[in-house]
Amino acid sequence: MRITACIALLTAMAGAALAAEIPLDQRRSGYSFMSADTKAMQDEDTANPGMLSVLDGETLWKRKAGSADKACADCHNDARVSMKGVAAHYPAFEKALGKPVDLEARINLCRTNHQQASPFAYESRELLALTAYIAEQSRGVPIEPGDDPELAPFVEKGHALFMQRQGQLNLACANCHDDNWDKKLAGSAITQGQPTGYPLYRLEWQALGSLQRRLRACITGIRAQAYDYGSPELVELELYLMSRARGMPVETPAVRP
Amino acid sequence: MPSALINVPKKAKRGDVIEIKTLMSHIMETGYRHTASGSVVPRDIITSFTCRFNGTELFRADLFPAIAANPFFTFFTTVTESGKFEFEWIGDKGFSETAQASITVE
Amino acid sequence: MANSEHTRRTFFGLTGGAAAMVIVRPANATPAMLQAAIRNVVGEANVRTGKVKLDIPPLVENGNTVPMTVSVTSPMTADEYVKSIHVFNEKNPQPNIGNFYLGPRAGRAQVSTRIRLADSQKVTAIARLSDDTFWSATADVVVTLAACTEEAI
Repeated sequence: MRITACIALLTAMAGAALAAEIPLDQRRSGYSFMSADTKAMQDEDTANPGMLSVLDGETLWKRKAGSADKACADCHNDARVSMKGVAAHYPAFEKALGKPVDLEARINLCRTNHQQASPFAYESRELLALTAYIAEQSRGVPIEPGDDPELAPFVEKGHALFMQRQGQLNLACANCHDDNWDKKLAGSAITQGQPTGYPLYRLEWQALGSLQRRLRACITGIRAQAYDYGSPELVELELYLMSRARGMPVETPAVRP
Repeated sequence: MPSALINVPKKAKRGDVIEIKTLMSHIMETGYRHTASGSVVPRDIITSFTCRFNGTELFRADLFPAIAANPFFTFFTTVTESGKFEFEWIGDKGFSETAQASITVE
Repeated sequence: MANSEHTRRTFFGLTGGAAAMVIVRPANATPAMLQAAIRNVVGEANVRTGKVKLDIPPLVENGNTVPMTVSVTSPMTADEYVKSIHVFNEKNPQPNIGNFYLGPRAGRAQVSTRIRLADSQKVTAIARLSDDTFWSATADVVVTLAACTEEAI
């Protein structure tokens, strides 16, 4: 029964005309759609399981790694100073690669180039922990994707992916998250899909997860083949979403249902 | 490398009732899930949590698979003297972790 | 309702090509199992309704992490206090959720934690007082599933 209703609603959405981008004064974090209980989990650090990963990340920040026998802290010193605001500017353009990289990929570039260590796997406990620790230093800092002109074509590609219908349900991200964010789907709020708190602790996952994991879950939800972790498409989507959320404060580590 | 978060006030007045909050990282695998090939994912949970103050047990909990991942507890105690809280989590697969927090009672 | 949810989960499990883990819902705890679990704690004693307050959201966004607070009306003195609090559920694979042992030093008979509920169901908290009487409270919880739920990876 539920699945029928769900598909009927999604089909109805698919028929609606696409609206324009959400105006600045109407942008809402996923936080504002949550129940008081879930908000309380995010509001207090001792109650927020995402903070456990931040603690792990702090340990990893100081731990020497790789054949260079260097810790992140050996170059970047105190993350509370050196990393403040950094996550608010990611994904950023990486000249050597000629493409944008997200914070996770930046950490892995640092590992391979400077620590001469093997990169962490996507969604590994270590990569999530370090990313969460670095991003937590930007808590409250407004998201401000770089205005690097070299980023522009990648933002545009991400935007195109966001608007592109796909999967068996033939839905674009925009069908839900631009056009219907004030409605509900099977009892859950449809949010605007603002990536303000990643990596974040999702009750569904019972764990911390990256924005790429969330995007892949959403793509699977519309019955499309999810892009691989680290694929250019996911980074372009991340980049577009961050540019779409510009001005909103970073919440990492956020809690979401 | 499991992490724990403990929230205990650093100072209190004698006779105050204080709130203690603890959060421990743990997957709390229920033992009721199966992999795609059909084999059961073995249970891996914390089974016991104890809080002691200066060696005396204040609070203890038996945990079952219905306790959510990263077990979180809040409870209360009356403070009578300065001292040390000790927290202990014990579970499957030899899991055993401890944490401490001190309080000054005026 | 329970049946349709099961179907839905299975459907997602079969269609999610990337999913390595499928959720096979085990049999629910039976009323007999719940009664046995409660008897295991209270023995032959009579369990009365009252004194216990069970705070749990009536509608939860995700059954994986449900905040719950149990408090008991008690002066918490050396002579009159709460010995323990026991929490049970109706429809998880196991009827027990947690046992919490307090004492007169607690000062306040209140415990909070986060629990898992596999389905919409009743949750019951039973308190054992220092005079070995048992008191209880029960709450109904409706568990909604996320619209675009994802199987574990």
